[in-house]
Amino acid sequence: MSTNLSGIAALPDLVQLTLTINGTHHDLKLDPRTTLLDLVREHLDLTGTKKGCDQGQCGACTILVDGRRINSCLTFAVMYDGAMITTIEGLSQDGTLHPLQQAFIDQDAFQCGYCTPGQICSAVGLMAEGRARTAEQIRELMSGNICRCGAYTNIVAAIEQAMGRS
Amino acid sequence: MINFKYARARDVADAVRLIAEDPAAKFVAGGTNLIDLMKMDVERPTKVIDINRLPLNQIESTPNGGLRIGALVRNTDLAYHPLVERHYPVLASAIMAGASQQLRNMASTGGNLLQRTRCHYFYDTATPCNKRAPGSGCSAIQGHNRMHAILGASDRCIAVHPSDMCVALAILEAKIHVTGAAGDRVIAFGDFHRLPGDAPQRDTNLDDGEIITTVELPAQGFGKNYTYLKIRDRLSYAFALVSVAVGLELNGGIIREGRLALGGVAHKPWRDPQAEAALRGQPANVEIFSRAAEALLLDASGYEHNRFKIDLARRCVVRALTQAAAGTPQLQSSKKIA
Repeated sequence: MSTNLSGIAALPDLVQLTLTINGTHHDLKLDPRTTLLDLVREHLDLTGTKKGCDQGQCGACTILVDGRRINSCLTFAVMYDGAMITTIEGLSQDGTLHPLQQAFIDQDAFQCGYCTPGQICSAVGLMAEGRARTAEQIRELMSGNICRCGAYTNIVAAIEQAMGRS
Repeated sequence: MINFKYARARDVADAVRLIAEDPAAKFVAGGTNLIDLMKMDVERPTKVIDINRLPLNQIESTPNGGLRIGALVRNTDLAYHPLVERHYPVLASAIMAGASQQLRNMASTGGNLLQRTRCHYFYDTATPCNKRAPGSGCSAIQGHNRMHAILGASDRCIAVHPSDMCVALAILEAKIHVTGAAGDRVIAFGDFHRLPGDAPQRDTNLDDGEIITTVELPAQGFGKNYTYLKIRDRLSYAFALVSVAVGLELNGGIIREGRLALGGVAHKPWRDPQAEAALRGQPANVEIFSRAAEALLLDASGYEHNRFKIDLARRCVVRALTQAAAGTPQLQSSKKIA
């Protein structure tokens, strides 16, 4: 396919923004193409958040923006200027695991572990939404997180544990 | 992804001015579709105008009993809004049938209307596609066309509109408020999306440089007798093979008004006045529902891999009308089809 490069600047105009990530304030200057996913992994060395499909189909990149779960791969970081971001690294408090992190260990809710940070951040968002009450509803509202190992049964059990249902 | 300039619009007038300056620019709101397409080099804007700071994130009642939804209201906030849950449950249900919670948290109301087809060939820049590269041909007509149109297609394009939300908006007869350099106008929902015809590169009748500001719902919400039934290859997080939105106004066992739209089968949510006329004034029973289904699918034709959708759609229409008439709408968490 021929590619018309006319009108495309050779170098990006960097854009200034500030983000609070896991409680730490960051003043940043970014190529606007930078996704939140690439920002945390490649610029800030927060590699807990995983890149799976990079197309919003697998959920491995799930993070929390102002408390809501989103796919960090389908963002430009510059769109989130001023936001409060939480990644898997920001969930534990003073050396104590988040109840969902502990529940994933207790319930053996992973095998390879690649999807786990996204699963846990997604489950944190799910609990904050307060819409899932049954296992069926948990499964539906967690359907944006794919686990190729098939640990779904134990993932649901872990979320139920953290919700105090079991 | 090609390099682009990034700009933030302060208000609607600023957004309209910024896009008028640069015809190759794109607005970004949720980004869930645009950024994906930019990564695939299908969309190649040289400027991206961020409209997330525009004051378009309110849901308000209108004086005539309807609802005005800002174009930036996120899908989750719309589906979970008390007025939507109470008065427009078919809209809440359709939204929850689509995508994942992460995507619904990001995706905007206006962006949902403007999302592009998920036809594999549209996404694959190595193959011909009249929607992506006008005049290059349609790979789907002779290719893998399981997900493609059975109604309203052309010999240029057989792609379908992927939205669930829009199928509900079709039966609610939403009005799309837009603003452009030439001023404001209102587009009836049925006139918003286009059939592919000989210009499949155009998905909608939005003019260049126009921006969606609000989506207005009339008062009639079909709060009692409705359903959104979606059939797909996975139980969740998949685009529709066929979906049906139904709203009925019943008086005793008689249908005073029946609205019916199909998703996943055409370049736009599919309604047919004759199918709805087949319901009006008739008893709510399976025989009448079958007649409406026949009328709705009368002109349907399939391709090698999607002919099954014609009969599937007929059965879904009958099932959806049955659910709506009984007041037992399809649940989006339980996948059992009642």
